[in-house]
Amino acid sequence: MKTLVVVDHNNNKLEKSTLNTIKAAIELENVDLLVLSDSCKDICNELIHIKNINNIFINENDAFKNQLAEDTANFIAENFKDYTNILFSNTSNGKNVAPRLAGLLDTMIIPDVIEIVDKQTFKRPIYAGNAIATCKSKNKINIITIRSTAFEEAETSDENVGEVKEIGSLTTNNLTKYLNSELTKSERPELTSADIVVSGGRGLGSAENFQVLEKLADKLGAAMGASRAAVDAGYVPNDWQVGQTGKIVAPNLYIAVGISGAIQHLAGMKDSKVIIGINKDEEAPIFSISDYGLAEDLFKAVPEMESKLN
Amino acid sequence: MKILVPVKRVVDYNVKVRVKKDETDVELDNVKMSMNPFDEIAVEEALRLKEKGVASEIIAVSIGLPEVQETIRNALAMGADSGIFVNCTSKLEPLSVAKILTSICNKIKPDLVIMGKQAIDDDMNATGQMLSAMLKWGQATFASKLEIQDKKIKVGREIDGGIENIEVNLPAIVTTDLRLNEPRYASLPNIMKAKRKPIDEIKVEDLNIDIEPRLDILKVEEPKSREAGIMVKSVDEMIEKLKNEAKVI
Repeated sequence: MKTLVVVDHNNNKLEKSTLNTIKAAIELENVDLLVLSDSCKDICNELIHIKNINNIFINENDAFKNQLAEDTANFIAENFKDYTNILFSNTSNGKNVAPRLAGLLDTMIIPDVIEIVDKQTFKRPIYAGNAIATCKSKNKINIITIRSTAFEEAETSDENVGEVKEIGSLTTNNLTKYLNSELTKSERPELTSADIVVSGGRGLGSAENFQVLEKLADKLGAAMGASRAAVDAGYVPNDWQVGQTGKIVAPNLYIAVGISGAIQHLAGMKDSKVIIGINKDEEAPIFSISDYGLAEDLFKAVPEMESKLN
Repeated sequence: MKILVPVKRVVDYNVKVRVKKDETDVELDNVKMSMNPFDEIAVEEALRLKEKGVASEIIAVSIGLPEVQETIRNALAMGADSGIFVNCTSKLEPLSVAKILTSICNKIKPDLVIMGKQAIDDDMNATGQMLSAMLKWGQATFASKLEIQDKKIKVGREIDGGIENIEVNLPAIVTTDLRLNEPRYASLPNIMKAKRKPIDEIKVEDLNIDIEPRLDILKVEEPKSREAGIMVKSVDEMIEKLKNEAKVI
């Protein structure tokens, strides 16, 4: 039994959720890592400190810079057929590549796993997290994506414990071509791994009004999030959306402001350690899952909170 | 240009689903069913390509019990030209759905397949990618913008950090994200017209495909519930609780 974790990264840095995926993989046995990039060195320097893994396989190729699913899936299918488990983080990258790989290998993907019951049995949320399904796999190869908020991070050591080995060669695809990216620039922590998230909803009323929340977020060193309603209204960028079809977060503190609390939003944040809700409607469903609720006008409460924190 | 749009019949977006007492599934009796919202977006995008003169024909396909023909009729009422109903009584996983769709694509040879990025029932997010792997076509998942030029399609994809633009050779698979468009409502005359549009029926047995599930669902249970906490009366009390009780700031 061999387990492979496909490392998620941006060619310079490790995507933090990879550490949670490795932790999950260690529950399955014999973990190797795979880094596909145009420049693997910096990423490997982070990976060699992770405990309880065997090999760090790399393949350095300019084509991997853009992480196209066609290239990544083909490469893994050709070189890692003999593995029992292949794990990805449930990031936009993992969600793009893992099912394609499963299609190539004729295996049923097991997405968004939140618990490993035993080596063939996994729990995953369905219906926006309103139910949890326990699935027993009959696959020969399990291709799994891991919900990072459900697992701890893998342990690291001060010493170099991993060994880096080159593997395989890539035949690049001629189906797709990367053009460019328009990335949201932000000095704030990354939404899915932040300690504190400040999220706004339709109650904010406009893009300008979000500045009220951003001030609070910056005072707390928090990431910014939003409900689907706020994103659909064009107040904030798409990649701020928290929920069933957006990002899943579980920070230590989630501050929901002007968010009513539709089930699709709750699906993305209800595993946060502490939730506070600020909404002028005291009947808002967000209060039914908040540890602390404050029924007050957000335009009064949020600036007051910001000024009183130090 | 021919576009195939797979559509799935799912529990309506607004229904709060409940787990069955025997924990085998969620309660599906007497529950309102609708077209998967991401598939509605896919149908809408296909219609817009037809209205721009880029596409000439839109075919909607659905797989399942006879009821899924209602979902195909919805797509026809929105404006699709014809339907394919794959009659299948067994439960299907995305892997089997992708195999069935592969077989249909090989038969009707669409230039483009537009489909939802995920169904809101099993939240798998898998069929589109699996289908493109099986057909050896390029894929553009999580599309929020799309433009066709000659034999290529340019797609803006929603990724974790923003938008990524890629170009894919046709034929290709596109999976839709929320903000690609806002689907139209079917008008009454169009609903009437849709009744006369053709739906071809295929029996899944005739396709000779292995649709045996690879995952046994042992149990479907309620998630751990989260208790409501307390209401505080002021910002001062909120800050005090966060500092001294929850100790998170």
